[in-house]
Amino acid sequence: MSLFELFHYEFMQRALVACVLIGFTNGFIGAFVVLRRLALMADALSHSLLPGLAIAAMLVGLSTAGLLLGGLLAAFFVAIGGHLIARSSRVKDETAIASLYIIAFALGVAIIKFAHVKVSLDHFLFGNILGIANSDLWTSFAVSAIVLLSLVILHRPLLLALFEPSVAKTQGVAVDWLLGLILVLIVLTMVSSLQAVGVLLSLGLMVLPAATIYLLSDSYSKMSWCGGLLGASGAVAGLILSYWTNIPSGPAIIMVLGTVFLAAYLFSPKYGIIIRHLKVRHLHEESLSRWDEEKH
Amino acid sequence: MTPRLTITDATVSYNRVPAVHHLSVTLNSHSLVALVGPNGAGKTTLLKAIAGLVPMETGKVVVHGGNRKNAIAYVPQREAVDWDFPITVRGLAEMGRYPSLGLWRKFGAEDDRIVEESLHVTELEAFADRQIKALSGGQQQRAFLARAWAQQAEIYLLDEPFTGLDRNAQEAFSGALQKLRESGKLIIASHHDLKSVPELFDHVLLINGELVASGPTSETFTTANIEKTFAMKIFSGSEPHHHHHEPHQQ
Repeated sequence: MSLFELFHYEFMQRALVACVLIGFTNGFIGAFVVLRRLALMADALSHSLLPGLAIAAMLVGLSTAGLLLGGLLAAFFVAIGGHLIARSSRVKDETAIASLYIIAFALGVAIIKFAHVKVSLDHFLFGNILGIANSDLWTSFAVSAIVLLSLVILHRPLLLALFEPSVAKTQGVAVDWLLGLILVLIVLTMVSSLQAVGVLLSLGLMVLPAATIYLLSDSYSKMSWCGGLLGASGAVAGLILSYWTNIPSGPAIIMVLGTVFLAAYLFSPKYGIIIRHLKVRHLHEESLSRWDEEKH
Repeated sequence: MTPRLTITDATVSYNRVPAVHHLSVTLNSHSLVALVGPNGAGKTTLLKAIAGLVPMETGKVVVHGGNRKNAIAYVPQREAVDWDFPITVRGLAEMGRYPSLGLWRKFGAEDDRIVEESLHVTELEAFADRQIKALSGGQQQRAFLARAWAQQAEIYLLDEPFTGLDRNAQEAFSGALQKLRESGKLIIASHHDLKSVPELFDHVLLINGELVASGPTSETFTTANIEKTFAMKIFSGSEPHHHHHEPHQQ
């Protein structure tokens, strides 16, 4: 079947729009996740969404507003709870957050199994982009608009805060608020990606494009914009791969983005390991020849 | 020579142990000031207090002619910077314009001029498009001076800027600082290599928890004053012969 025919189906058209929206937004915010070294924090947040989603689904069904609120609250409790535990005991931040998110995740699985939620666990964990509804698309659209507008409007103070938080504070930048805002935007983006890739794989959609561009470019703004483009095109490519091979859409998208990331790791013209290997030898030869010159 | 910065009765504590206490001093524009004292004397703490990075328990910092936020530029220690950050030298200098541009205002011709000027003063034009890790140590320090210049700072606070620079890099960096001084700036740099103080700085500020002496290098940087600075028992309670680090470094 040609690509053109493929997108005749309405469910494929919806999936295509979802891929572009979700892929772009995740790829864009990913720059902030990578530069602020928030990948593990984002992983914790993604797991901690589950009980919130389950309780929301139990109380108000699968309404997107309910899921957004449930996810946000659950992530909020884990983040704040982890912080409180770290401050009130000798347990350090990352241990506290890891402990809480895994407890939250287990709790979420239990709630879904026993509370008569009409959704399978798999759906929350891995998503299904082909089953996306119009209401999901509107949610994605709204979340993308909020996330992208916030990040674009605030890009100057965000850059100052990411690069050197302490210096930014002296320049009057509300660093703590901005970093808190980034966490909120991360959770919003994750919940809106739920339908497509699920809580477990949403992290890949967020981190892989930015990590790839980080290996290719020295420009901070390119990291978000090109990250967005790569996220969107990777998601679309993954969707097509998924249709042709019957691999579920979430894993297919992540595998496409993962391949690109590994390729950049190997072949990036500036920061790839192959070129670095060649360069090191080059310098070595240079110093050897200089040594020779001095001897003569 | 006009007064640029007045510190009155400054006390800064960590966990109720004062690191700097009741320090008062006035420093002028057109000066290149070495901040000298033993480990744990509160050099970093004083720089951070002037920059507003740590709260002061008592006292105040007054910047003459300019508001404190834009007038002061703090250049962090090299270890405190993420050198892999995807930014070029020019991008770093452009960041200096952000505080005065705010969220919305576009980068104008005047901003471009100031950025170019900052690269010129620090002799980094040839390296403007390099990522900051692809610079030598001295160039990295100068790149941060360029950002401070672009911010149009009047007071430059530097934490051990000469550490780890080889002879050539030190000369080039010192040249850049001289240029800043000649154009009326006040530069305060913590410095631990006593030998090089006279050739690099025209003013010294000797501290050890409290102020020991402040004045032109030729008059103040005397053996008597240096001995006084390094022999004095540190007020903060720790034994002076025990090696101990600057409190609470980031």
